[in-house]
Amino acid sequence: MGRLDGKVAFITGAARGQGRSHALRMAQEGADIVAVDVVRQLPTVEYTMSSPDDLAETVRQVEALDRRIVAREADVRDYGALKSALDEGVAELGRLDIVSANAGIFSQGRAEELSDESWEEMIGVNLTGVWHTAKAAIPHLKAGGNGGSIILTSSTAGIKGFENFAHYVSAKHGVVGLMRTLALELAPDMIRVNTVHPTSVDTDMIQNDMLYALFAPDLEPDQRTREALGERFQTMNALPIPWVEPVDISNAVLWLASDESRYVTGVMLPVDAGSTTK
Amino acid sequence: MAGQLEGKVAFITGAARGQGRSHAIRLAQEGADIIAVDLCAQIDTVAYPMATPDDLAETVRSVEELDRRIHAVEADVRDRDALQAAFDAGVAELGRVDIVLANAGIAPLSMNPVPEEWQDVIDVNLTGVYHTVEVAKPSMIEGGRGGAIVLTSSTAGLAGIGGSTPGGLGYTAAKHGVVGLMRSYANQLAEHSIRVNTIHPTGVNTPMVVNDVMQEFLQSDPQLGQAMANALPVDMIEAVDLSNAILWLVSDAARYVTGVTLPVDAGFLNKR
Repeated sequence: MGRLDGKVAFITGAARGQGRSHALRMAQEGADIVAVDVVRQLPTVEYTMSSPDDLAETVRQVEALDRRIVAREADVRDYGALKSALDEGVAELGRLDIVSANAGIFSQGRAEELSDESWEEMIGVNLTGVWHTAKAAIPHLKAGGNGGSIILTSSTAGIKGFENFAHYVSAKHGVVGLMRTLALELAPDMIRVNTVHPTSVDTDMIQNDMLYALFAPDLEPDQRTREALGERFQTMNALPIPWVEPVDISNAVLWLASDESRYVTGVMLPVDAGSTTK
Repeated sequence: MAGQLEGKVAFITGAARGQGRSHAIRLAQEGADIIAVDLCAQIDTVAYPMATPDDLAETVRSVEELDRRIHAVEADVRDRDALQAAFDAGVAELGRVDIVLANAGIAPLSMNPVPEEWQDVIDVNLTGVYHTVEVAKPSMIEGGRGGAIVLTSSTAGLAGIGGSTPGGLGYTAAKHGVVGLMRSYANQLAEHSIRVNTIHPTGVNTPMVVNDVMQEFLQSDPQLGQAMANALPVDMIEAVDLSNAILWLVSDAARYVTGVTLPVDAGFLNKR
């Protein structure tokens, strides 16, 4: 028996990385999935973003677990498109219980150098997109009358400042404010709202030349190996590991989504190898 | 299906009843063996009846019914030597400890406060937690396979609630102190892959809260009553809700979670 049997989860950014991992972990526990992803490159993002093939692979893997999945290409900045995708998913799968607002991008630049375009794209995806995700989902959660659980993906950068990406830090802090307010507004309906705060996660969003250059500017490009960067990343954590795996975030999201945390709301949950306590 | 804690041993203080017994049972359901300690006696400044030897015997019975082993000892967390002896005897019987739950606590809150409450609650709720980690730490490090420690704090460990009596102030100070201990231990023990976190319950349906003395105390001051009002429409949560949070924290599902203050509080802290 799965911990999410009979439930339906809405996951943004589900084509790969943490989002795909969340979809699979929740499907393993019995949930059906509504998956959305932008599946194209955004102009201010320097690493390669997900593709339609990635989203198709998520579909394949969820279906291989004998769970149902409705997948749509949608940009979380486009509320109309996002709402249509979710409405179609709920119409097909019958209900909504869990929301994982996971879609996010990363780019870099010191605050005085960031372009308006970079700032607006970051806030649009990583903050406004999270609000859109909740806004589209709340009527379905309330209509179900069974409560629900909304998990917003913040970051250690939603807890403390970091140099070189003020827009990302601002968006991820903003997600905490959104969570705190949603937790109050939705408590009477037994809808819980919490944030997860990952340290570096071993996904394409960090394993790319742009981020390697940011964390190891002193090394020649050919010296910026995964191992060399692992040592840099490890200095941020208290536990002796360079990064966590997507499934570690999925296991936190799963716990927050399940009835095992039925009275946990308004909480910031770091999954950060001690990074913010260090 | 194999339990999440198959082959592990957990050391739990305050295990005779309430949250501690619930933790022992929940962890045993997932395959852990248990070293259980409890004072099983009254402390003078505590107005409600504390746990008894019969309560501890009931925890033993409940764990054994799950086909798990349990080594139970009456010991006072304030007495480091006695606690060490209990821990060592448990390890001798059950093997190396992987999980430590510093759960023992008192709430000397009443309408007739006495100055001694302060020292008693600091001794049990803070020094007792320090002793619990200290007696377990060397063998966990020597064991070399990491581990997980959860310290039970309170919503009063993150907010200035609890009233103005010596016991109330001491309770809030001790529960805040537990957070400082957790943060220091998390940093110190990280290199050994031993994780340390706190949980922060709102009012829990246990004998420490559900008793005439506590109810009279809470109703005596509207501010204190307010301090128990949750955001979610539930008056109190159940011990198993804390056990489920602890189970997640000590399991491999949370293998990289350390240094975290985890409220299980029905939204109480966020509402303040």
